[in-house]
Formats: sequence, C-alpha cells, structure tokens
Amino acid sequence: MFSVFRDLIRYNIEFAVGVVLVSGVVLFALLSYVSPVDPTLIYVAIPDQPPSTQYWFGTNSRGQDLFWQMTFALRNTLSFGLTVAVLSRVISIVVGLAAGYLGGWVDRVLMFINDIFVAIPIFPILVLFYFVLRSNLDTFTLALVMASFGWPFDARLIRSVALGLRHREFTRHAVFAGMPARKIMMEEHLPYVMPIIFSTAMANMIWSIGLEVTLAVLGFTNLNIPTVGTALYWANNHSAMVVGVWWWIMIPVILIVLTFLGLFLLAVSMNEYIDPRSRLRRMGA
Amino acid sequence: MAGYLFFALKRLLQLAAVIFAGTSLAFVIAKLSPISPVETIIARVTNRASMSPTAIQSLRETYTQLFGLDVPVWEQYVNFWARLLTGDFGPSLIAYPTPAIELIMLALPWTVGLLSVAVVLTWILGNVLGGLAGYYQNSRFLKAVGIFAVGIQPIPYYIVAFLMVVIFGYLWPVLPIAGGFSMNVRPGLTFEYVSSVLHHAILPASSLVLVGMGTWFFGMRALVSNIITEDYVTYAELAGVEQGRIVSSYVMRNAFVPQLTALAMALGGIFSGTIITEQVFAYPGLGTLLIRAVNGGDTTLVLAVSCISVVAVATAIFIIDLLHPVLDPRVRAE
Repeated sequence: MFSVFRDLIRYNIEFAVGVVLVSGVVLFALLSYVSPVDPTLIYVAIPDQPPSTQYWFGTNSRGQDLFWQMTFALRNTLSFGLTVAVLSRVISIVVGLAAGYLGGWVDRVLMFINDIFVAIPIFPILVLFYFVLRSNLDTFTLALVMASFGWPFDARLIRSVALGLRHREFTRHAVFAGMPARKIMMEEHLPYVMPIIFSTAMANMIWSIGLEVTLAVLGFTNLNIPTVGTALYWANNHSAMVVGVWWWIMIPVILIVLTFLGLFLLAVSMNEYIDPRSRLRRMGA
Repeated sequence: MAGYLFFALKRLLQLAAVIFAGTSLAFVIAKLSPISPVETIIARVTNRASMSPTAIQSLRETYTQLFGLDVPVWEQYVNFWARLLTGDFGPSLIAYPTPAIELIMLALPWTVGLLSVAVVLTWILGNVLGGLAGYYQNSRFLKAVGIFAVGIQPIPYYIVAFLMVVIFGYLWPVLPIAGGFSMNVRPGLTFEYVSSVLHHAILPASSLVLVGMGTWFFGMRALVSNIITEDYVTYAELAGVEQGRIVSSYVMRNAFVPQLTALAMALGGIFSGTIITEQVFAYPGLGTLLIRAVNGGDTTLVLAVSCISVVAVATAIFIIDLLHPVLDPRVRAE
C-alpha cells in the first residue's frame, strides 16, 4: 500500500500536486480546532476589512474574521463530502459486488434499479427535500439523501470488475473450498476493486460538495451551518460584489476550486494507475 | 429487426419504470410537506379581506376539494396519476389560479432549447478536441486545452456561471447577463426576437459548455489513446493511409459510440446544471420557475416541475439509447 503511494508521488506529477493541494486544504480545515473565535457569532470583528496582516483573509459584512470563518466552513464542507462518499461507497460496493458475482436474476434486478437511479434528475428531488424539511434539513440528512443517489455509476463500474473476477481461478478455488458467497465477495473480490473505490470516492466527493455548494448558494440548506456554500450565500445576500467586498466571494471560491482541483487530480491519477496500459505508457514502455 | 424491436420494447419498459419510480418518489416527498396548499391560499385570501370564521371554513372546504385533498392518501395517489397522464397538476399557488402545467409549458421550451444547444456543443467540442489530443499527443495547443480543462472541469456549474456574470456583467459588460430576450423586443418569429434570444443565450450556454466539455475531453482522450495502440491502426499507418483519414474514420469513429452511451448517462447531471445556470442568469426556464416556486411555498408547482423533469430526462435518455444500436453494429448483433 505504502510503496504504491510512494511510486505514485515519484512518477505521477498529477498525483503529487493533488496530494499537496488536498493536504493543504485539510490542514487549513483542521485549524478550526484551534480557532480562537466562535464561528456562530457575528459582529465580533470590524466589518468589511480588506485582507491585511491583522485579518489575513479580511473580514465580512457580518463582522467575522474570514480566515477563521473559512476554516470552519471548509471543515464542514469536507466532512459533508466525506460522509456522502463513505455512505454511497457502501451501497455501491454491496450492489456492484453482488450483481457481478451472483449474476442471474440478482444482477438483473439490481441493474434495473440502478438504471432507474441513473435516470432520475437529482437536483429537483433535492430541492423537493429542502422544500419539505426546511429547517429540519441538517447536514447529515442531506448527506444521507445525496448518498442514496450517488452510487449507481460506481456500482456499475464495480460490477464490471467483479464480472471479470468471477471466472478467475482463485474464485473457483474458493467456491470449491466451500467459502460462502458473502465471504468471497468481501474477502476475495473486495481488494481487487479497492483502487476503483478510492478513485470514485474522490469523484463522488467533488460531486456532492458541488451540489451542496449550489444548494447552499440558492439558500436551500441550513444557512446557520458555516460551509463554503453558505459563505457564498451570505456574501451574495449582502451584495458583496456590488459593494466592493470582493474578498468575501473570491476567498471561498479560491478555496473550493483548490479543493476540487486536488480531489480531481487524485481521482484522475488513480484512475490512470488502475489502467495498466496508460501506466506502461507513462513509464515509457 | 425483430431483435431491435425487442430491445426497444425492453427499453420502453425501463422508461416506464423510471418515470413511475421518479414521480412516485416525488409524490411521497411532497406528501410529507408540512406546507398545506389550502392554508397557503387561505392565508393569502384572508390577507386582503377580513372574513367571518364560517366563510373561512367553507372556503377551506372548497379548496380542499379543489386540490383533491378530501380523500385518503392512496386515493390521492391514484388521482395524481390520473391527472399526471392528462397533464393536469392543479392550480399553482404563486400565480393562482393559473394551472401549474401552463407555467411549465411557458418555461419548458427555454430549458429544452438551452439544454440541447449546450449538450450538442459540449459533446462535439469536447469529443473532437479530446480525440485530437489523444491522437496528436505532442501538440502544444491541445496540451494547453487539456490543462485548461483540468482546471475548469471540477468547478461546480454555479461558480463558473457566477464568475462569467462578474466578468461579462461588471468588468467587461459586452453580453446580456439576465433574461431570455431584450425587454424592448416583442416575442414572435421576427429577426429581432430570434437574434435577441440567441444573444441572451450566449453566456448561459457557454458556461454550461465550459464546465461540461472537460468530461468528454478526458473520456475521449483516454479512449483514443487506447485505440491508437490497436493493430488495425498500426496497419493502416504502415499501409500509408492518409493521417486525416485514420483520425476521422479509423480512430474517432470507433470512440464516438461509447461516448454516446455516456451522454445518456450524463444527461441527468447536465439537466441539473442547466437549472442552476438558469437561476444565475435569470433565464426564464424550468430552473427559475422551480426556485420561484420553492420561495413562494408553491407545493403544486414544485411537485409538477420535479415530475416533468423526471419525464423529460428519462425520455431523452431513452431516445439516445434507441440510437445506440443503429450506430454500433456490435450492439445490433446482440
């Protein structure tokens, strides 16, 4: 595991840049644990101060120090993305492995459901959820809803790998040795799909964070929880761009772009690593 | 031919299932809503005129009947389906008593127009550039396109659209940033109107193209760089087939078909992107309508837009899937 990581850093510039970006963003978010200010309070700093040595990222019109405010926002945004990714990974692994290994009618039923989920446009459904739940829509509920929509693409990918594994020699050995199907899937097949799970997890985080930002900017999430999306919502709400408080918008945008870029590069380089043909080409073979 | 009919029938069944599941889901969620359309209307009416409690009570009964809420939930569900099939969702609340379907029919052409232009442009641009980048791997220009696409692809639709508003609305105001057409043009099939519509569509469409292009670019580049290692390409090169011909009819053509299937799968996401982009550019489509409905507490309209979205996206995917065997002989053989 570790040697793979070392090789990737050494030979794959995209992966290295991705690691640097993501760890930078995570470190910044971790600063929220040592923050001297409470992110829920407003009017604790002088409003509308441009970035300076005292306020590194400036302050917003709600009188919050943007530097510390953004550490909390980024922490919430990242943990939201991680929650969605982990939850939807569980569904996609179970569905993908079961459909691929068991085959037959299990496969047909699961893929039928899968196709339904692929075709349902998620944004109107999410808006409907907000419409119904209003202020009860906390971060975890939203994550749960998004996770239940975020698995079908990846389940299909995992299924296609599992289909190939099913006819391999070691699977047959396991079957003849009397290993139960659940054990074969979880202990024999799961390690083979692990790289795919990692790379799709990154892509899933990008997808879910992007949707959360969008919903928040439109005002369709709980606006009292500081996330990158709600930061943009409040900035728009105070017409930051018109008033000239540009840093209030630019800093969240830059942070979110850095996060996305990091995650995206990790996903792309891992994808490339999984595909042996492109790996060979990179090594110059 | 019989094989194709069977395939089409199977897909039709799937389409029905998708629409059934999606709209049922929307119905269930909407039923959980604490906002009662009847109380919303009554609050609006009593706001304007003071009424006696008995008058309010009879009004409440009338509206409960009008919205079909005087029967058990399962019967409401059956009625909902009956009305859905006739395209009737009941009156909208934000523009009471205009039927919700009328508002949707006004908004739908804008969304469909914007979406189809953006999807076609995105798909062609992304695939052609990606295919060329996969074939001519040393081209400086195509490498630059790749780096640009890496940078812009992961950014959410909202942020890109918003940045374009800032750039073309405040910093360099050359393009209209809001609305579907100029206020001083009368809608109709005139040159002024059409050109105004196109003019107003440039920014929203190009923000969609910018974000969406990357996915196709990378997908196609990967596909093509795999195809060029195939034996038949090497053979064609050795046999001295013109390079332009190799790229267009040997390499790209084989890579386009899987990308078409991917288009069907990506359509739901692109549709969501359009809804968001519309809101940023105040484009008079479904997205703007949906958000107005949410802010106005209009249960009927939110439910109607959700259902229409499910039907529209599912049907578009169905059509693309039907095209698939026509283009790919291998699928046809199955």
